[in-house]
Amino acid sequence: MLDDFMIRAALAGLGVAFAAAPLGCFVVWRRMAYFGEATAHAAILGVALALSFSLPLLPAIIMAALVMGLTVTVFRGRGYAMDTLLGVMAHTALAAGMVAVSLLADVRLDLSAFLFGDILAVTRGDLAAIWLGGALIVGLMAWRWSALLTATLNPDLARASGIDPRREELWLTLALALVVAVAIKVVGVLLIAALLVIPAAAARPLVRTPESMAFAAAALGGTAAIGGLGGAYLGDTPAGPSIVCAATLLFVATALVGPALRRR
Amino acid sequence: MTAPLIAAKDVSVRLDGRPILQGIDVEIAAGEIVTIVGPNGSGKSTFLRALIGAVPLAQGRVTRAPGLRIGYVPQKLALDASLPMTVQRFLGLPRRVSAAKAREALANAGVPDLSDRQMTDLSGGQFQRVLLARALLEHPQLLLLDEATQGLDQPGAAAFYQRIEQVRQELGCAIVMVSHDLHVVMAASDRVLCLNGHICCQGSPQMVADAPEYRALFGSGTKGTMALYRHQHSHSHDHDHHHHDHEHEHEKAQ
Repeated sequence: MLDDFMIRAALAGLGVAFAAAPLGCFVVWRRMAYFGEATAHAAILGVALALSFSLPLLPAIIMAALVMGLTVTVFRGRGYAMDTLLGVMAHTALAAGMVAVSLLADVRLDLSAFLFGDILAVTRGDLAAIWLGGALIVGLMAWRWSALLTATLNPDLARASGIDPRREELWLTLALALVVAVAIKVVGVLLIAALLVIPAAAARPLVRTPESMAFAAAALGGTAAIGGLGGAYLGDTPAGPSIVCAATLLFVATALVGPALRRR
Repeated sequence: MTAPLIAAKDVSVRLDGRPILQGIDVEIAAGEIVTIVGPNGSGKSTFLRALIGAVPLAQGRVTRAPGLRIGYVPQKLALDASLPMTVQRFLGLPRRVSAAKAREALANAGVPDLSDRQMTDLSGGQFQRVLLARALLEHPQLLLLDEATQGLDQPGAAAFYQRIEQVRQELGCAIVMVSHDLHVVMAASDRVLCLNGHICCQGSPQMVADAPEYRALFGSGTKGTMALYRHQHSHSHDHDHHHHDHEHEHEKAQ
């Protein structure tokens, strides 16, 4: 069954959607969309790093994303204008990464696979990495869920309950770096943030509790992955962007249906 | 005298390089009600936040009794509309509570039937009561209230403080509150702490009201009303709290 590239692609898309769902909720609640973007873009720097020092790709990507995440987290606490700072860092990481890769003269590498993903070329090994990484992320989120939720609601309330909000923030940064590494093959660095934000945002009008939002985001993200792949197959369109477009359609649909649901 | 629940020793706090608190020495004993008064920007909220460990100390230290359970009701809590949150789920943060327990807590707080409502749909008064209900669910030994009646009308505030008094009797927890409702302060506190970056004066409500430092801060405009509060105090509560007042004076003498 895994011999079929469409099956592998579908499983990869589902794995990424499930892993991104709970984390995506926090990205929405904490208004970290740009933070997600910066972390994802840093992955290109990780690719350059891996190529120049012959490092394995995945650990290099995780490292680069983690360093970016930690840097942003440190600045965050110091009252910088985050919007501007993140704008600078996100795009610098992307640009510098691409320049660095191009400077490696003997490498003729097609960067578009990293930028937009290459879900149809997912191997069994990739699939194993995606599902293992995804399980790790979901496990991490489940473990820290209550503490993270309290810290997101209000850092002082968390403190009073003996939770260190800064430590929880670091768990979130780690999970974000892992998601980037897991998702890069599926949608590419340019659209990872979309896969975090859009399903969670689409879930919001349908739900009444944080937990149901995470589950709804997983369901909607999974639907978008399958639907997007199907659309890409039928219309011969690029798979990663098609998945994001499918997610956007779901977002529009729930935004229209949501108010009617609430009136019930 | 048993060890204090929480003690601030020579605590100084700077925020963005500005000194907010300087050389604060305060001990809170089990079961006492301490009210913090002071003008705007005098560091009242910062002091509470220093007690829960939410602001870095530039100097000094805060020691807590081992395993101290703190209930904290912040001045305001801005909930992001992107975060769906029913009242019951909120009550169960960070530790889940059963639906029955949540209902009981809400009934005790005077806001029954709110369990399934969204937090963002609550009125100001309902919100404050839910915050208090949540703080009480963990059976705190120390309850910190930061201008908890802000945004409540007068009957609302009065009802809120009645509830606090009731809580103290039921749970026997110590209460530290920041308040602008001076008449409540005078009526319900064992000890008043007048703060203006440093501790100007502290002691029983009468002592503080008579202190020149306090008069200097709040001006002569409050004198008339202050007399009224003290009048209320001596009529309704003096006998209740005589023991406490005495105890604190004893403590100061040591």
